[in-house]
Amino acid sequence: MGSRASTLLREEEIEEIKKETGFSHSQITRLYSRFTSLDKGENGTLSREDFQRIPELAINPLGDRIINAFFPEGEDQVNFRGFMRTLAHFRPIEDNEKNKNAAASEPLNSRTNKLLFAFRLYDLDRDDKISRDELLQVLRMMVGVNISDEQLGSIADRTIQEADTNGDNSISFNEFIKVLEKVDVEQKMSIRFLH
Amino acid sequence: MEDLWCVAAGVFQVWVFVVVFLIMLPAMFGLSLGVTGVYIQILVRILEWATLRIQRGRQEQPRIIERAGGSMQEEMGPLRSSCSLSGREFALSDAFYFCKKGLESIADDQVTQRFSSEELASWNLLTRTNQNFRYISLRLTVIWGFGVFVRYCVLFPLRITLAIIGLSWLVIGTVLVGFLPESSVKNWLSELVHLTCYRICARGLSATIQYHNRENKPQKGGICVANHTSPIDIVILANDGCYAMVGQIHGGLMGVIQRSMVKACPHVWFERSEMKDRHAVTSRLRAHVAAKTKLPILIFPEGTCINNTSVMMFKKGSFEIGGTIYPVTIKYDPRFGDAFWNSSKYNMVSYLLRMMTSWAIVVNVWYLPPMTRQDGEDAAQFANRVKSAIADQGGLLDLAWDGGLKRGKVKDWYKEEQQKMYSSIIVGQNGFNSAAPCSAGPEQQ
Repeated sequence: MGSRASTLLREEEIEEIKKETGFSHSQITRLYSRFTSLDKGENGTLSREDFQRIPELAINPLGDRIINAFFPEGEDQVNFRGFMRTLAHFRPIEDNEKNKNAAASEPLNSRTNKLLFAFRLYDLDRDDKISRDELLQVLRMMVGVNISDEQLGSIADRTIQEADTNGDNSISFNEFIKVLEKVDVEQKMSIRFLH
Repeated sequence: MEDLWCVAAGVFQVWVFVVVFLIMLPAMFGLSLGVTGVYIQILVRILEWATLRIQRGRQEQPRIIERAGGSMQEEMGPLRSSCSLSGREFALSDAFYFCKKGLESIADDQVTQRFSSEELASWNLLTRTNQNFRYISLRLTVIWGFGVFVRYCVLFPLRITLAIIGLSWLVIGTVLVGFLPESSVKNWLSELVHLTCYRICARGLSATIQYHNRENKPQKGGICVANHTSPIDIVILANDGCYAMVGQIHGGLMGVIQRSMVKACPHVWFERSEMKDRHAVTSRLRAHVAAKTKLPILIFPEGTCINNTSVMMFKKGSFEIGGTIYPVTIKYDPRFGDAFWNSSKYNMVSYLLRMMTSWAIVVNVWYLPPMTRQDGEDAAQFANRVKSAIADQGGLLDLAWDGGLKRGKVKDWYKEEQQKMYSSIIVGQNGFNSAAPCSAGPEQQ
C-alpha cells in the first residue's frame, strides 16, 4: 500500500539533498513528484525530450539553453540529484537561515552562483568566456528573425565593448559580474517555492 | 454434491431476480429505488472519516511555486536606465527574464498536469490514487482491505453483468426497431431502447447523475457541445435524452454497436478516410442539423480527453456548422472514482475495468442556455465564448492551450511571438537607434 513516488526516494537521500540544496523536506518530496511526472520513460532520469514536452518551456526562446543547463558536460540524462541541484540555484537568497551550514561551501543559490548560471547560458562552449560569436548566437535565439544581422552585430559589439576591460574581445566571468553589479540578481533569478 | 448444486442454483435465481426486478425494470421506466443514493451517503461518511485520519498525519499543498505575474515589458523594465526613447538597448541581464520563466515552467506548468489524473488532497481508499500517502493506521488498512473485497467481489460482477445486458439489449433492440417503417412510433421506440440501455449501463457503473437546468436541454436540430473527460461522457449525457452521435466507424464490437444503432435513428458515422476531409465532415453535419427533425448532434470540441480540472482549446470546426449551440458542463466528483481516461497509459478495456472497480461515479451535469454566433464574431471567437461559459459553470480552469499537446508538439508560432515581443522591446517599433543619447555611463543598470 506504500506510495508509488516516495518509496523510491529514501529518507537518507532526502537528507542529503536537503543539506546540499537547502530545500525543505516537503519541497523535496513535491519536486520529486514533479520529477516523476515528467519522467515518461519511468527510468529515474530525465532526457532532453522530457523537458521539451513542457509547452511553456518549448516556446521559451532560451528554452534549449535552459534545458542544457541541467545536463552535465556530454551527458544526456539527468537524475533527481542533478535536477534538484540546478533548481536550487533559483531558491531565494533570504531563505538561507543564518549559520545553517556556515562551515559549508558557498550555497548553490548565492548571488555569485546565480550569475554563474546566467553566464553559462551565454557561454555555449563552456570555455569560461563569452565570445562575440556566442553572444550573437544567443541574441539570435532571443530575437528570432525580427532583427537583421548587422543590427544584431552592432548590439553584440557594443555589449562586449562596454563589458570587456582587459581587451581580449570577450567577456569573462569577472567582467560579467562587474557589468551586472547594480542589477537585483537576487530577485530576478529567484523563484518563490512554497513550503 | 447435490446440495451444492441446489445452493448454487438458488443463489443464481436470487441474483437474476435482483438484477431484473431491482435494476432492469426500473431502468426502463426511469425510476430509481434509491439504493445508489444510500450507498453514496455511506461512502461519503466513510471517506470523510478516512480523510480525517490521514490529515492528522500530514498536510499536503498542491502547488509547488508561486508565480510572479508581469509581462515581458514590466519585468525587463526595471533592469534598464530611464532611457525612454523608441526601444532600449540590449543588456546581458535580459536573459534573466527568460531564465526565470523557463525554470518556473519546469517546476510547475499549467498544461502537462491536465493529461494525468487529478491529485487528490485526501485519499479515497483506492490504491490507484495512493500517491503520497503511506501506512497510517491498522484501522485504515482494514477498511481499505474490506473496500477492495467489496469492490472486486461484490460490485464488479454485478456491474459486468449489467454492462453486458445493457449493450446486448442496445444491439438487439435497435436492430428490431430498425425493421419498422419510418414513423413517430419508430422514433418513440428507438428513444425508449436507447434510454433504457444507457440507464442500465449507468447503473453498471454505479453512476449518480445530477442534472441541473433541464429547461436548457438540447433541442432537435441543434448541436450539443460539452467538455470531454472520458468515453463515459456519452453514457452520462444520453441518460437524459437522445443524441445523434458523431464519430468514426470502428471495427469489432464497437463497429457492431455503431451499425445497429444507426438502424434505429440517424447517427453520423464517418469512414476513416472521410474524417480527414474537413469539408465533407462539415457538410454532412450541416445537412443533419438543417433537417430540424433530427436529434441534436453531440460533439466534444476539445478533441481529446482532459482530466476534468480545466477546459482546453475548442476546435473551431464544430462552430462553423451553424445552428444553435447548447453548451453542457460535465463535472465528475473525484472522491469516488477517477473518470479521466489517460489513453497513453490505459487502453479502453483496462480503463473500463478500472471504472467498474471504483466506488462510484458521481457527476454533475449543467445544461447552459443556448448560444448562437453573433455578427462580427468568427468561429474561433465564438468557440472561446462557449468554452468560457462551460468552464465558468463547472469551476474549471479556462486554458487556451490545445488539447492536442497531449500527443503533439507546440506550434513554433508561439515562440515566434515571444521573439517578436522581445525584439520590439530592445529595438523599438521604428528601428534601430544607434546614437542613443542616454545618460552617460553603462546602460546596464
